[in-house]
Amino acid sequence: MSVKNNISRRSVLRGMVGVGALGMVSSSMLVKTAMAGGTVTIGFVYVGAKDDYGYNQAHAEGAAALKSIPGVKVIEEENVAETNDVQKTLESMINLDDTKLLFPTSFGYFDPHMLKVAAKYKDLTFLHCGGLWTEGKHPANTGSYFGYIDEAQYLSGVVAGYASKTKKLGFVAAIPIPQVLRNINSFTLGAQSVDPSITTQVIFTGGWSEPVKEAEATNSLIDQGVDVVTCHVDGPKVIVETAEKRGIYSCGYHASQASLAPKGYLTGAEWNWAKVYTDYVTSYLKGEEIPNLVRGGLKEGVVKTSAYGPAVSAEAREHADAVKAQFMAGEFVIYKGEIKDNKGNVVIAAGQSNSQTDIALESMDYLVSGVIGDVRS
Amino acid sequence: MEAVDLGLWSVPLAVFAGAIRVSTPFLFVSLGECLTERSGRINLGLEGTLVFGAMSGYAVSYLTGSAWLGVLVAGLAGSLFGLLHALICNMPKVNDIALGIALMMLGTGLAFFLGKNYIQPQAPNLPAISLGSWSDLAPVRSALEINALFIIGLILVPSLIFFLNHTRWGLMLRTVGDSEDAARAIGFSVKGVRTFSTMAGGFLAGVGGSFLSLYYPGSWSEGLSSGQGITAVALVIFARWNPLYCFYASLLFGGAGALGPALQAVGITSGYYLFNAAPYILTLIIMIFSSSSTHRFAGAPGELSVTR
Amino acid sequence: MTISARTLGAIEALFIPLLAILISMILFAVFVWIAGSSPADVFALMYKGAFGTSFSIENTLQRAAPLILAALCTALPAHLGMVIIGGEGALVIGGLSAAGIALTLPSGSSPLMIQTVMILSGMLMGGLWIGASGFLRHVRGVNETISSLLLSYIAIAILNHMVSGPLRDPSSLNKPSTRPIGDENMIGSIPGMDVHWGLVMGIIFCACAYVLMYRTTFGFSARMVGGNVRAAAMSGLPVGRLLVITCVIAGAAAGLAGAVEVAAVHGAANAPFAAGYGYTGILIAFLARQNPLAIIPVAILMAGIDASGGLLQRRLDLPDATVYVLQGIIFIVILACETLFGRFNIFQPKETA
Repeated sequence: MSVKNNISRRSVLRGMVGVGALGMVSSSMLVKTAMAGGTVTIGFVYVGAKDDYGYNQAHAEGAAALKSIPGVKVIEEENVAETNDVQKTLESMINLDDTKLLFPTSFGYFDPHMLKVAAKYKDLTFLHCGGLWTEGKHPANTGSYFGYIDEAQYLSGVVAGYASKTKKLGFVAAIPIPQVLRNINSFTLGAQSVDPSITTQVIFTGGWSEPVKEAEATNSLIDQGVDVVTCHVDGPKVIVETAEKRGIYSCGYHASQASLAPKGYLTGAEWNWAKVYTDYVTSYLKGEEIPNLVRGGLKEGVVKTSAYGPAVSAEAREHADAVKAQFMAGEFVIYKGEIKDNKGNVVIAAGQSNSQTDIALESMDYLVSGVIGDVRS
Repeated sequence: MEAVDLGLWSVPLAVFAGAIRVSTPFLFVSLGECLTERSGRINLGLEGTLVFGAMSGYAVSYLTGSAWLGVLVAGLAGSLFGLLHALICNMPKVNDIALGIALMMLGTGLAFFLGKNYIQPQAPNLPAISLGSWSDLAPVRSALEINALFIIGLILVPSLIFFLNHTRWGLMLRTVGDSEDAARAIGFSVKGVRTFSTMAGGFLAGVGGSFLSLYYPGSWSEGLSSGQGITAVALVIFARWNPLYCFYASLLFGGAGALGPALQAVGITSGYYLFNAAPYILTLIIMIFSSSSTHRFAGAPGELSVTR
Repeated sequence: MTISARTLGAIEALFIPLLAILISMILFAVFVWIAGSSPADVFALMYKGAFGTSFSIENTLQRAAPLILAALCTALPAHLGMVIIGGEGALVIGGLSAAGIALTLPSGSSPLMIQTVMILSGMLMGGLWIGASGFLRHVRGVNETISSLLLSYIAIAILNHMVSGPLRDPSSLNKPSTRPIGDENMIGSIPGMDVHWGLVMGIIFCACAYVLMYRTTFGFSARMVGGNVRAAAMSGLPVGRLLVITCVIAGAAAGLAGAVEVAAVHGAANAPFAAGYGYTGILIAFLARQNPLAIIPVAILMAGIDASGGLLQRRLDLPDATVYVLQGIIFIVILACETLFGRFNIFQPKETA
């Protein structure tokens, strides 16, 4: 027990993945909650609509997977703003619905909102999506989870690299923050592993849900000669549909948008929250300790890729499957030197390699060579 | 698809294409509001009408398979909101601006309430008319994929000008808008005319909303309108209650909306939040320069509360 | 005949809005019934979520705090016949400036000092923002409804630009924000309840605004302007000064709301903090018939409706927009009922109809 905890603690300090109760990362334990029988109520809070074909739908699908577990009651609230609103929603779930385990799923819920509520209800468990929990800084009854979805983005990049004829890829992104930049870079590096001359044009829309700007950005990209587009916004529906209408390829994000683009959908980077939530709740019901920090990629089943669309060539499948197998074996490193940013500076020196769990990647503030765009807003 | 690098030329092209794509909702709402305001009423609720039109149009298109039926229903729903606005404002002591804000809230609320089941499904979209088949350049061809609603909007502009200036009904509408007393003296029904013009305005705003959900960007979601409806109301004042200027102003707002992404596509990336606010800043500046504290806003209907 | 005309007027002013709320509830009940839920269940849950438990009451009061101040931003200029709908802009710019100025203060400053400076800065900037609308109206004849709306879009763009650019805290990696003002500098709760001091500030502001508008020469003059601008100008009232000063006070209220949001809730300025309280404030101001004291109960009622929305979603599976529908209905019915003032003989200084 203590040995395991020591290892995990050190792992977290290094930002590494230890093997915890969930087979992913673990560090110090959470307050154990003995189940006194009866049903336990679990609350999910979403920042947007549950069926947005994107971020919130991915979480809602995960929550839906819990409904079949006996002794579990799932309650949900959508369109909850990252303000006092979410604090009161959490407290309302606690006070009026006797919720014991809470999942505020939006990144911006964490600080200060969830932390404030968690400090007030120390015997309840709060698990936040975003991977922000830090030992010693954040309360022990809180936790955070996130996935290395850029692994799946890398695979999308590989597939896109084969599909593109113009060698120009497009990326519609919300705002230039590390998580988004990492996806853009991994996508580009994946494509460049097929053909180093490939470029990715990025357009930032300035917000997480801006349908008209997203459509406009997609059209601008296509007018520039881009023939595969992907994105990092809350609801990719408009982007994938616009790409299909204009007859180019698209790669999805958050959830599968395959049904929106039967011809042009190549593959996509999807969350697999059903697995994460089921693992959490199973441990919780058994009264096991729940790790404060849970992270994982393809190998741990936190993220997955959409099934290949009809336009994906056999060659592309073979290459992508081979890389995926390496990810599954925990052998593949995306950020391996020498990598230059798009201003010509070396960001990862030759011989240096930042593996997936490396904390340095979490504060990424550059776009790799071959990406056309600027991280300043 | 061939790759032709247009370089910086792609910016004006994208702004042009974007102006056409993005401007249509502005055009419909502003023409509708223009009609309403010329009769002496302001309906700020067109934002709600637009959102409800987007939702109802999409839902009907999905349920019946006919996008045009969706447009029609969106328009009819819009005219119902217009009717509600008109009937309540016809009663004495009711503030039309406040009621507009209330209708904005109700329209948006109802659209979100009833629209939950239509966020996911894909509804048939309106077809585009290809006017660019003469060109070899894909971006040009795409820029000239024009929706029939834009063309209808284009035709509406001279029609409305003709209606307002050269028909008996148009005269009636303008008289009611300029002076209630004069209209009554002639024997026009002030309430009747305003009810008609608010319903017509609502119809156009509903159609404008259906353009958002049925053509561009072409699906229903709760974040679909980023205030196009209320911006269009401001745009009418900017356009001096003239349908032709409404058209230009809509193109300007649409083009400004396309400018940010287009500039980023060619590598000009900083300050996009400020770029996005450019149309609002521009409108404010123009209002400051074209208004006056001593005489009434040129072209303003005399009975309009916002210009008094 | 025993009741004075003034009392009758007050009863009428109370009776008609209550009647309107009753009508709205009936309409809403029909709506909910058509949507397939039991109106009785809905009302029972709404009561529980808004006022039914001590938590619910705190929830409602906390939500009411920014709404009270935002409503003043529309209500005060209305006394001069202006319709200001840009309270959101003043709120946003006030919050942004409060967060910005907190970070420029020397590190040894006491929390009280920091909070005071934040609040003053928020009020000043919010005041300037709406004051600009009043100024433009007076000097250039620019319609204040439209200018305040445009200014609020501009304010939101400035907020987004500043928090993701010049004022961005480099360590706010994935949620662009200004640097946090620090836990020790946050405005805390009113002793004994989980509601921050913003509520008290709002109530005090309302009381002062009431006194200003109904018990001072300034307020009397301002309402003269609202009655008839030309007559007021001819009788020698400084119309421009009245317009601008009232707008500045109104903007200061909204700016204070923004500063309190930053100082009591968020701890920093960031995009989510522009949460639309300014728009709900418009609704409240009209429901309160622009009376600063009436704003307090109306804001609490609206906040209660907001607070109960979650419960409706969780228990009855009704969409989150249910509460907007109810608020929209109430708003419309109340405005429509304006027309009833003076129509009931019973409220006229004469016995029965």
